[in-house]
Amino acid sequence: MQAEILSGGFADPAIQSAHAFRSVMEAMARPGTIHDIAGATPPAPLSPAAGAVLLTLCDTDTPVYLAGACDCDAVRNWLAFHTGAPFAGPAHCMFAIGTWDALAPLSAYRIGTSEYPDRSATLIVERTDLSASGTLLKGPGIKGRAALSLPEVAAFQANATLFPLGLDFLFTSGDRFAALPRTTEVM
Amino acid sequence: MTDQAYNFAYLDEQTKRMIRRAILKGLAIPGYQVPFASREMPMPYGWGTGGVQVSAAVLTPDDTFKVIDQGADDTTNAVSIRTFFERTAGVATTTATADASVIQTRHRIPEDQLSEEQILVYQVPIPEPLRFLEPRESETRKMHSLEEYGLMHVKLYEDISCHGHIATSYAYPVRVEGRYVMDPSPIPKFDNPKMADMAAIQLFGAGREQRIYALPPYTKVVSLDFEDHPFEASKADHPCGMCGAEDSYLDELIVDDTGGRMFVCSDTDYCEARQAAGHKGKDAA
Repeated sequence: MQAEILSGGFADPAIQSAHAFRSVMEAMARPGTIHDIAGATPPAPLSPAAGAVLLTLCDTDTPVYLAGACDCDAVRNWLAFHTGAPFAGPAHCMFAIGTWDALAPLSAYRIGTSEYPDRSATLIVERTDLSASGTLLKGPGIKGRAALSLPEVAAFQANATLFPLGLDFLFTSGDRFAALPRTTEVM
Repeated sequence: MTDQAYNFAYLDEQTKRMIRRAILKGLAIPGYQVPFASREMPMPYGWGTGGVQVSAAVLTPDDTFKVIDQGADDTTNAVSIRTFFERTAGVATTTATADASVIQTRHRIPEDQLSEEQILVYQVPIPEPLRFLEPRESETRKMHSLEEYGLMHVKLYEDISCHGHIATSYAYPVRVEGRYVMDPSPIPKFDNPKMADMAAIQLFGAGREQRIYALPPYTKVVSLDFEDHPFEASKADHPCGMCGAEDSYLDELIVDDTGGRMFVCSDTDYCEARQAAGHKGKDAA
């Protein structure tokens, strides 16, 4: 138990988080593209990709909401030890992690204000599978069209209409992930 | 001096995480200026502290880093920032645009077209395009939130009524994806069209003003203009004196005290590559 909490972080944090961030940035800048991310072995049910994203972006300044099955002692203790991130409910979190069903409803999260649209939550959605097919995407960062397997369509269409407010999403599956910022038009 | 005494790329990890989160929100809201807690850097404000902090948050040890200052690789500012990251991040550096994976720039976009594998980091002095029209931050923030950009058009119109044409020649305001009006940093307006639909990620860092903003690749960036006074990307109407290029942005050099002058490419790498390929301008030795 104790060993599981203490292990599984970045062995070389400065270098590994630099590589991990570049993947996250590429994913956010090019919605729909699928990237590998490595370096973290978090306790179940967190995927290695979700673990690496949390280690890269979270610290004591970022309240994290653990949704559904993610809200267990193993994950809480692991995240607390490696990032020091405080835990919060959906209304106050900067990052939320869980399955699509567990994260619902989206109306619970902060979408920013018209003067500070950046003060919005980023949702990390754990998926069993991720593929560059299915729903068509267009918008900034996409040359022509891209495709991504999304859990549903209507919620993302509604989110895009809020622009410049709205939520940003990361989809994680195993050691792979993709991103969907609020600017992307879901067709 | 032990460079190993510093963390990778100088900044501590918590600072880099804060900057990285700002970069991600910037990419998610193209053209919007994300506030961030800018740090003191070992160089004065105005020397590229914003760009340096963004570069530090973005660099990995595998990167090849290039720095340009007004297009030149060999000016004081460019050389010292390049050396700074050689020492603190151990990255490879280059002056060749095509070989670089991260390019930090002050006031130019390279002449060579950038690829999807590259990242362009701009140093920004005043990130707020409306600042010289409205000095209060509380007001400009409200104007951005309400999409109230009439004042900027009035400014451009006053240019036309005074000079007969839009006299703004650098830091020419752009509209990003039909929403935010953005300051492209003081690049010449000649470079403005290159920002639109660029394959590379563009990141903007303003250290003193504590703002980060970004353009994802393939983003719609339109220079503000009027139907009867369309935007024009202008440059000095000469070929480069050294390499003969007619399509590059030129610096005007005074070469003697009798009014002699020559025009040369501001992008030194572009000019040198052309000269190496055998192109010669009228002033080449």
